[in-house]
Amino acid sequence: MRQAIGLLAAGLILAMLPLVGLPAFYESFLYLVFHWVALATSWSLLSGYAGYFSFGHGAFFGAGMYTVATLTAGLGAPFLAALPVAAVVATLLSVGIGAVVFRVKRLRGELFGLLTLAITFVLATIVLNTRLDGGPGVYLSNVPLPRLVASPTGTFYLLALGLAVLTLAAAYTITSSRLGLGLFAIHDDEDVAEVEGVPTFAYKLVAFALSAGIAGVAGGIHAMYVSYLTVPDTFSITVPLYVVLMSVLGGARHWLGPAVGAALITASLYAFTGGQQAILGRAVVAFVLILIVLLLPEGLVPAVLRRARGRRERAADVAVSPILAAAGARTEAPATLDCRDVWRAFGGIQALRGVSLSVAPGEIVALVGPNGSGKTTLINVISGHHAADRGRVELGAATLTGRPAHEIAGLGVSRTYQIPRPFAHFSALDNVALAATFGSARCAPAEARAEARAWLEFTGLGRRAAALPHELNLHERKFLELARALAGRPRVILLDEVLSGLNPGEIASAVHLIRQIRERGVAILFVEHLMRAVLELSDRVVVLNEGEVIAAGGPREAMRAARVIEVYLGKAHVA
Amino acid sequence: MPSLTLLGQSVVSGLLAGGLYALLALGLSLSWGLLRLVNLSHFALALLGAYLTYQLGHAFHLAPWLAAGLIVPAFFALGVVLHVVFARFRVTEFTSLLVTFGLAVILESLIQWFWTADYRRYETPWASASIRVGPLFVPTLELLACLTAATLAVATWAWLRFTYVGKALRAAAEDPAMAGAFGVNHRAHAFVLSGISAAYAGVAGAFIALISTLAPAQIWAWLGTVFAVVIIGGLGNPVGALLAGFLIGVSESVTMAVAAPAWAPLVSFSILIGLLVLRPERV
Repeated sequence: MRQAIGLLAAGLILAMLPLVGLPAFYESFLYLVFHWVALATSWSLLSGYAGYFSFGHGAFFGAGMYTVATLTAGLGAPFLAALPVAAVVATLLSVGIGAVVFRVKRLRGELFGLLTLAITFVLATIVLNTRLDGGPGVYLSNVPLPRLVASPTGTFYLLALGLAVLTLAAAYTITSSRLGLGLFAIHDDEDVAEVEGVPTFAYKLVAFALSAGIAGVAGGIHAMYVSYLTVPDTFSITVPLYVVLMSVLGGARHWLGPAVGAALITASLYAFTGGQQAILGRAVVAFVLILIVLLLPEGLVPAVLRRARGRRERAADVAVSPILAAAGARTEAPATLDCRDVWRAFGGIQALRGVSLSVAPGEIVALVGPNGSGKTTLINVISGHHAADRGRVELGAATLTGRPAHEIAGLGVSRTYQIPRPFAHFSALDNVALAATFGSARCAPAEARAEARAWLEFTGLGRRAAALPHELNLHERKFLELARALAGRPRVILLDEVLSGLNPGEIASAVHLIRQIRERGVAILFVEHLMRAVLELSDRVVVLNEGEVIAAGGPREAMRAARVIEVYLGKAHVA
Repeated sequence: MPSLTLLGQSVVSGLLAGGLYALLALGLSLSWGLLRLVNLSHFALALLGAYLTYQLGHAFHLAPWLAAGLIVPAFFALGVVLHVVFARFRVTEFTSLLVTFGLAVILESLIQWFWTADYRRYETPWASASIRVGPLFVPTLELLACLTAATLAVATWAWLRFTYVGKALRAAAEDPAMAGAFGVNHRAHAFVLSGISAAYAGVAGAFIALISTLAPAQIWAWLGTVFAVVIIGGLGNPVGALLAGFLIGVSESVTMAVAAPAWAPLVSFSILIGLLVLRPERV
């Protein structure tokens, strides 16, 4: 909040400057600073927060430039009316690209980067060879510039300042909202984010659209500022190079990082102007990029903040009181999980062959079977990570099959991973808060943190709230998985070997925890190899082998079935 | 509809252009597929090689193959040094994109500093030589480039397939830790591969100097097309890169003949999009 007021105040004070008569030179210089602040910050909305590095920011910037040029110089529209159109054109371009590209599940980050870079060159080719430009370039010198203040430089200054403040406000709002939280989670582990309930496709598309729209407006203003456009200058590598560099320098994951980077780089580039010096300047900027990537990967702003915060948080670490009563007070209506004839193949391997099972509220069902029998695949199918080839999964009255994973999470299905997969850049508290925000609990961000604290207390991790996942040991990470699964206020929990790798004392406390979870009316399906825990905990056991249910029933009966003994120990032991 | 001769000629020039794409794609595909490093500076290195060939020929009257004889080993060494830096700072697939992006810009600035942004043309007596096959003309130099690409692609494939170092590299690309546990010295092999990749950039550069007009910004002109070739051909697959080069080259040049030249760059991109959307698991 304090930061938002500071931003607004700074914007207002800076907006006064042209009125008191700032020399035109400074107005031009500051125009460029704000121009780059807007561009770099807008780039980071998708690429910094969600980690999908785009090298195509120049395409959206260029689309904005040529939209304004075509509308004003070509069709005689007024400049200010053309600006929103520039935003719309750039946004539509990004939505078109995103709608195709983000559907591809396995599209890795670096492919996205190359694809966007290629798009820039394709767009440049089209503009160069059509009437949008045609080769000689476009002049905007006859287009009237609206006078916001007396001087033209003052007008550009105000336009860029307005855009920069708006962009920063958007960045600040996003980083402290659900959208930002979801984007950060996508950055760390997109699959897990989806399973925790983040609508990853929609979030990436929104961030991309916003990012491109702002770049389009920045390009539109810049078209008037330079007043003569050529394709090689517009779609040059300068824009994508500089926005990446500025954001990486300042810290692409912080709302203020790209702006700080933009100010520093613009100022240092101002030292190299004209002819040979400009070439040298570009080389120096590129060299700095390499050094930063290698030596200071997180960027300036986060590095400084972390140092400052480190001191404060150590002092405040103790003041956490358990508020267990509040947690889970709003449990969702219980429901039964039903799998009916579920099939799933991977290539030629039939991982599931018609599996049917059900778990009632407050029931603990153990899923056992040899390695490769399809236990984890079943969990992946229920949670929506893999689609079922045939069959249905239902939760109460709702059908889960066919829904994206984040909707399934929203309906109240949580899971843990056999090898814990926490979000690497999130503290333990934030990991759990994310699940509370996006799971079926749907908490507001502040409420989610309180909720998360309670679940950390519940799992005994209360004192590790501020720790990053890499600072936790295996047992703590397993319990963090559990806390995260619980924070979504699930109706069903799928536990994938939570006990493996724990020592006997840790197992005892985990067993105790699972019992407590059951008391809340949650249906629990747990995959486990540890027979003692299976016998101790489960109400029923389902035995899988090669994708088929070979036995089911009370724990002792199921494990004594002839087929089960045969599968585990071989034929000779069946007596 | 253009005549059959024109169509035939455009297929020929497409195949030849594709050979050059493949030559550029080869080194890129190797380092991306087997070292998990995306080397954007590969194009800049190739263009640097072209300018050096031009300079050696222009100023010292050194024949292009002699120039290449100097440049290729030097580039091999450069590739090894580059990988020393990458290994020292544990550059990942992703950061390699940023680091080599910066490196490409530095090389571009360097080229612009020495040779200015003006177009340069290396005039040689072979530039206009061509072989006549029926009604079709096959330019000699481009044919040579194409044959070189094919030879290198097949030789590299055989090297990866049949030699110990090749197998070790493929194993390490799948799972470095596991390959290491079985005694593969991945780091040493990676230096060799990085060197070879850069040396291929040198070879491509020599042909670029002979075939096309040089300008610093050309570094970025190939980028989209060649990356499309690399991805379509399959990462780390030299013969795949060759075939993908032919595919892209022919489809581009036929598009130019049938439709307008303006649409040619869209072809490789459309094929790439199609592949990414329909067969993402192949990449």
